[in-house]
Amino acid sequence: MAKITFITQTGTQITAEASSGNIMELAKENNVEGIDGDCGGVCSCATCHVHVAPEHFDKVGKASEIEEDMLELDDNANEYSRLGCQIEISEDLNGIVLQVAN
Amino acid sequence: MTCVIIGASHGGVNCAFNLRKEGWEGAIILYDADSHLPYHRPPLSKTFLTSDDAIEKHSLKAAESYDKAGIALRLGEKVATIDREAKTITTASGTSQPYDKLVLATGARPFVPPIAGLAQAANVHVLRTAEGVLGIREALKAKPRQAVIIGGGYIGLEIAASLRKLGLDVTVLEREARLLPRVTSPEMSTFFAELHAANGTTIACSKNVSKITTDAVHCADGSTYAADLIIVGVGIRVNTELATAAGLKTTNGIVVNEQTQTNDPDVYALGDCTLHHSKHYNRPVRLESVQNAVDQAKVTAASICGKEACYDSIPWFWSDQYDAKLQMVGLSEGYTQVILRDEPGEGLKKSAWYFKGDELLAVDAVNNAKAYVLGTKFIKDRISVNKENLANTELPLKPGNLV
Repeated sequence: MAKITFITQTGTQITAEASSGNIMELAKENNVEGIDGDCGGVCSCATCHVHVAPEHFDKVGKASEIEEDMLELDDNANEYSRLGCQIEISEDLNGIVLQVAN
Repeated sequence: MTCVIIGASHGGVNCAFNLRKEGWEGAIILYDADSHLPYHRPPLSKTFLTSDDAIEKHSLKAAESYDKAGIALRLGEKVATIDREAKTITTASGTSQPYDKLVLATGARPFVPPIAGLAQAANVHVLRTAEGVLGIREALKAKPRQAVIIGGGYIGLEIAASLRKLGLDVTVLEREARLLPRVTSPEMSTFFAELHAANGTTIACSKNVSKITTDAVHCADGSTYAADLIIVGVGIRVNTELATAAGLKTTNGIVVNEQTQTNDPDVYALGDCTLHHSKHYNRPVRLESVQNAVDQAKVTAASICGKEACYDSIPWFWSDQYDAKLQMVGLSEGYTQVILRDEPGEGLKKSAWYFKGDELLAVDAVNNAKAYVLGTKFIKDRISVNKENLANTELPLKPGNLV
């Protein structure tokens, strides 16, 4: 099990647990505001944008090329940006904090 | 106050949750004839078809989310009539439900053409719902070897790619002279034809299917294709009947204004079933897409809650076939010039840029999110693109090179 904490734009903190699936799915299951996942998780819509806490970024890893491209013109993008649907959940992610970008 | 929403797919469900977000305090009742917990439709022709997943893996929202948001789900209940005078709807089972605001998110259904033998054939399927896919998955258990897909549109091509992945021999029969004739350019049609051929799918265009028999599909030109699994994907019919019967204005879809309101101020409509005037393209359009449903749902919810909102999204779509990820933005209809780019040395990575004079209308991008994202921005802001630089693939796709 990995415990993941989301912090929404309004400051609400939601901690959820999962052992599989991806971050977008976990956020949707737990009604995390600002994560829409409109495309169903195929990296086509960029509505599951999160900023990984800098101290946890190594655990999550950097964005793939397509993620970077999808976020290129996004005003909220920064060096810790990832798309939740592209982050697979595993034990290694236990304890990470994600700031919802929108 | 009660808001009744008819149709619980991407549009209806998003509308319900957005209503709460916008401050609607009354009841929200969501109806759908489909008895499954509302699900994502795009995976139906892709991962849901090729896996053993339960449809719940693709739920739009968890079941508890509806409870938490105070959204009543009436699944498996078909709405039969709308009485706009009395402001009630009545279900097929005869239950009547009053409303203050009504939202029609009735979507569309597959069109099944009147082909001889089709109605009698046991191995013919359509794909629009989870149930439809479960039917195909059931048929796949009998290990069919030869699949024929009637219709070379996105749905047909996605199914072809999925069935190839499962190891079937697949033939796509398209009535027109090229694939995707109504939705993309000849250049992209050629690309898709080559993509499918390279992956072992047989593409046959200008094929008018005339008859279906137990084990074959027959065309008007005398050709015959052996088939133990047949899937029809020749387009949709918009579900406007409820609206028409209720005296709402419909043409090629339920006519809505910029607030997604019908000619009855208490009745809204959104998604595939609507015809709206595109501000950006200045013409009426009807779109079949998740984006349109989801974005209109936001406008509907805000409008119902008395907030100012206006639907002015640039349409976008996506499709995944084999190793090609297609992302499209804008509407290319009426283009006078197309500029094609193949990014050098990066495998399959291309884009098609459609112009009408100097105006960029649309971009189709294959494995090229950068082109898609840049195209979106240029179209939205009506930024004039340097075509010469765009056509020069020695210059990387960067805003600085293109404007």
